[in-house]
Amino acid sequence: MGEVKLHGFWASPFSHRVIWALKLKGVEYEYMEEDLSNKSQLLLQYNPAHKKIPVLVHRNKPVAESLVILEYIEETWPENPLLPLDACDRAMARFWINFGEQKGPVFFNLFRTTGEAQEKTGEEVAQILKTIEEKALGDNNFFGGNTLGLVDLSFGWLPHWFEVTEQVQGTKLLDPTTLPRLHAWAQNFKQVPVIRDNLPDPQKLSAHLKRLRGNLLKN
Amino acid sequence: MAGASSDLKLLGAGPSPYVNRVQIALNLKAVNYEFLEEKFGSKSELLLKSNPVHKKIPVLIHGDKPICESLIIVQYIDEVWASGPSILPSDPYDRALHRFWAAYIDDKFFTNVKELSTADGEEAKDAAVERIAEGMTLLEDALGKCGKGKPFFGGDNIGYLDIAFGSFLGWLRATEKLAGVTLFNEGKTPGLVAWADAFSSHEAVKDVIPEIDRLVELAKMFKARAQSQSAN
Repeated sequence: MGEVKLHGFWASPFSHRVIWALKLKGVEYEYMEEDLSNKSQLLLQYNPAHKKIPVLVHRNKPVAESLVILEYIEETWPENPLLPLDACDRAMARFWINFGEQKGPVFFNLFRTTGEAQEKTGEEVAQILKTIEEKALGDNNFFGGNTLGLVDLSFGWLPHWFEVTEQVQGTKLLDPTTLPRLHAWAQNFKQVPVIRDNLPDPQKLSAHLKRLRGNLLKN
Repeated sequence: MAGASSDLKLLGAGPSPYVNRVQIALNLKAVNYEFLEEKFGSKSELLLKSNPVHKKIPVLIHGDKPICESLIIVQYIDEVWASGPSILPSDPYDRALHRFWAAYIDDKFFTNVKELSTADGEEAKDAAVERIAEGMTLLEDALGKCGKGKPFFGGDNIGYLDIAFGSFLGWLRATEKLAGVTLFNEGKTPGLVAWADAFSSHEAVKDVIPEIDRLVELAKMFKARAQSQSAN
């Protein structure tokens, strides 16, 4: 089906969304690790608008933005579908994927604040997580039903990344007592073989996030 | 599979570019619908019930199912009324280009335009204009890559990215007037200048995008409101 290359960063959950999707579809690809402090000429050429990873290159044509890449993968390799067939269900899936994107900055705020400011943001994050648990996940094993899909991949930063981040930033919001179903989903998600075998080393990730947080708090 | 008027409702407001996107998409597919105008400053029971998460327009209600978020609604319309003219291209790579640039418009480009309209002082204004100009250069290039020499991002007819970007043309023109700047530069981005005219005069668009003078008045009203609120 043509050569596939992925420009990514080992610690990035956005990078991992693409890895998971490619592996779930059984697509062979070549991985290029980018040094974000010294971005390759190729990356800058492939994504001049944002200069960010991930970038998927298929048949020498670049696709940027992880969510755009996910839809591209879904359409190019339709076997093992990751989006529902029904138009209304698809709209729902896209709605929750979009919701996660919109709320990203609030989680980032939690990461780069301390004390009262962090506490206040924490309340907002708690509300967001509650909405995700009650309205997006409901009683299902996965978002949208009983099989893994793009919505799960898009929230794939909650298990592992957010868990490690909470240790680093001193919060305990994704908690089994306050969010039992979402917490259960997170543990379940990490057991899926493609996910389990494609996660960054937690110690390395923790050190990396500690460094990042340190830099952000200094400024 | 065209729905009857009673089957399809659009909750919206005329001046909202996000609502305009949905109206243009429905016009392209020649689908009848009932337009329920939300009054500025208040949210109807129906809106709060149909979009409890964001409480925002537009919301398309098809039968009893609400669909939210303008670009998600446009994709839904494209998929449900598949026999009408296609909004997204058929090739996955072209679709990715349309989606990428539509996301850029919503995330980066329009933020830069808003910064221009709220910019205080010449220096801030110039910086905002510079950022927008960079965006316009990227979009001129995208027009070439997506349209491949044809008048629209969608080629011969308007498509997803035309709708995503073009829905802002009224507000872009209003911002030009208010700030006293030119954002569509014939010398630098001739393709986009021609595209803007072609889009605005398209059958599916011309009765949707509000008059620029009306938007200028609205913008002045919002600014005054924001200033009086921050003064209190």
